[in-house]
Amino acid sequence: MKVMNVVFDAIDNIPIPSLPLGDIFEGIIDFMVDYIGFIFDGISASLNGMVNGLEAVFMFLPGLIIMFVFAALAWYIGGRVLGIMSFVGLLLIYSLGLWPSAMATLALVLVASFIALVIGIPIGILAAKRDTADRMIRPVLDFMQTMPAFVYLIPAITLFQRGIPAGAIATIIFSMPPVVRMTNLGIRQVPSDVIEAAQSLGSTGQQLLFKVQLPIALKTIFAGINQTIMLALSMVVIASMIGAGGLGSDVRRALAQVDISNGFEAGLAVVILAMIIDRITQGLGDKSSQV
Amino acid sequence: MSQLEVKNLYKIFGPSQKKALEMSQNGKTKDEILKETGNTVGVNNASFSVEEGETFVVMGLSGSGKSTLIRNLNRLQDPTSGEVHVDGKNIVDMNAEDLRELRRKRMGMVFQNFGLFPHRSIRRNVDYGLEIQGVPEQERIERAYETLKLVGLEGYEESKPSELSGGMQQRVGLARALVLDPDILLMDEAFSALDPLIKRDMQDELLALQEKVNKTIVFITHDLDEALKLGDRIAVMYEGEIVQIGTPEEILTTPANDYVRNFVENVDRSKVLKASNIMSKPLAVVESREGPKAAVRRMRNEEISSIFVVDKSRKLQGIVSADDALELAEKGEKSLKNAIKKDVYHTTSPDTLIVDLLPMASEAKYPIAVVDSDNKLLGVIVRVSVLSGISRKGAVSE
Repeated sequence: MKVMNVVFDAIDNIPIPSLPLGDIFEGIIDFMVDYIGFIFDGISASLNGMVNGLEAVFMFLPGLIIMFVFAALAWYIGGRVLGIMSFVGLLLIYSLGLWPSAMATLALVLVASFIALVIGIPIGILAAKRDTADRMIRPVLDFMQTMPAFVYLIPAITLFQRGIPAGAIATIIFSMPPVVRMTNLGIRQVPSDVIEAAQSLGSTGQQLLFKVQLPIALKTIFAGINQTIMLALSMVVIASMIGAGGLGSDVRRALAQVDISNGFEAGLAVVILAMIIDRITQGLGDKSSQV
Repeated sequence: MSQLEVKNLYKIFGPSQKKALEMSQNGKTKDEILKETGNTVGVNNASFSVEEGETFVVMGLSGSGKSTLIRNLNRLQDPTSGEVHVDGKNIVDMNAEDLRELRRKRMGMVFQNFGLFPHRSIRRNVDYGLEIQGVPEQERIERAYETLKLVGLEGYEESKPSELSGGMQQRVGLARALVLDPDILLMDEAFSALDPLIKRDMQDELLALQEKVNKTIVFITHDLDEALKLGDRIAVMYEGEIVQIGTPEEILTTPANDYVRNFVENVDRSKVLKASNIMSKPLAVVESREGPKAAVRRMRNEEISSIFVVDKSRKLQGIVSADDALELAEKGEKSLKNAIKKDVYHTTSPDTLIVDLLPMASEAKYPIAVVDSDNKLLGVIVRVSVLSGISRKGAVSE
């Protein structure tokens, strides 16, 4: 017993230096704000412009027209039931008085996920084509997905101040991994004899990618797109904490005031939006694989 | 000049290929190299040449390196060492652009699991090779339809691959390669994934198709019967090495080593050996101008009961039985004419397979006459040699 205590004390006395990892990260962010802040100002302005512009379009048009457009799209892609349900759902949001918030949220989700896809799909293709790239990208994706979502908010505020751009950036980072992973997976799943056949016929690398690999991987890629949009939608609620607005702000306000009825209504509106977007993008995936 | 010539081709997989290559060239075995360097020798010093219009079959069991070998011929895999000449040009040195051109114009390939594009219709599978070359759509469609007709898939142009049976899918694979009109067709276990009846049909159709299109074909298979049926010549592979190259008859009758001998032991010889392999030279014939006495004498000498009659240029005239000849001789007739019978015996070409001679042989009273296209008598087959031709180490001529 005594011996053990002595040994443990000795081990405890071995100095393990405390690593100021957080301080280092903070330093990096500060450095970026001080020296390349203009880049972030530019990004901030364009994100603001895109989200506000889209929101303005949504708010300019009468609500019923937007409902009809969505219902028609849902009908075309997912069938009659989906079309009708979408219309009823949107009508419900409107009658709850949450229409402006819902449109703000929709604008933010669409812009953020669009950017996430534009960046994510090429990265997924790169990861599928090059094993080294895959090995480097994989841990970054793990990091992006498992880091608690709130943590993204802090550097986002530092770099972009409170508001829509900070929320959009946090959403983009948080929602990008699924589409990268699924694009990578989809391309890697294309059978090797199909690829060999395309090569044996004299395809260039680009022809192989665009005429064979991507079309065959499309269904899997659409599953990734669907997941990315869903994650974006779940993130915008959190992003409202840094002033991104929309339905998230309604939820947050209800939470602060312990207001059950408003909280339920705002939450329900998020669920309705999520279901409509989910079914439409899933339907797109099914349609694409039939072409 | 051969259309396709492979010289000292090595393909080695693994970490230290240079060392493994050296060891292989110094005669170390596959196992020794694997143990010492961790490298797998896929193809070990393969050399062969294929003539224009020839069907060259590479046969071996799985793991013998045959699929690796064929992938080195159009560089889906790059050889570790060695040369592959197509019409005298070494394609191993070719840059990416020339290689693409070669694949687009000169060499087509058909795969074991078809490798069809699941998202494209049959027609658009077939015209893919034209599409990537920028051929205008109208011409593409015409050529695709034409080729699909050639392989017997008329009416399926707008179907999806998944709607077709295995045999039909492989026809699409074949059409996709043929539409580019390549000189050389590489077929990697093309029929191995099909069930036996379909497989046989496809083999027959390939043979018929080959009559029409006359391509140079390199055909990979693990099935000896298939190799013997399709191949003008066969290369037998074992552990990455080509152990014997020869015609089907040569492989069967003079196997190069015990491995090949074991391999061919159980083959159905009646489906490989031909009439010409088992016929005997027609030593005993009479010319039609000779008389009955000469015929009787010759039959007695050879101890046979009938004799074929030929004219001066050895064209077959008929057959005379000993009894009839004897009767004429006793009557003192000078000519055999009245005793010559036609239509009582069977004639056959030298290329007829023994299996097809069986029904004739079983009912024949007289020997079967083997004649060429000018009706010239090349040899005779008696029933017993048909039967022994089927059994192992049978009466293979000479």
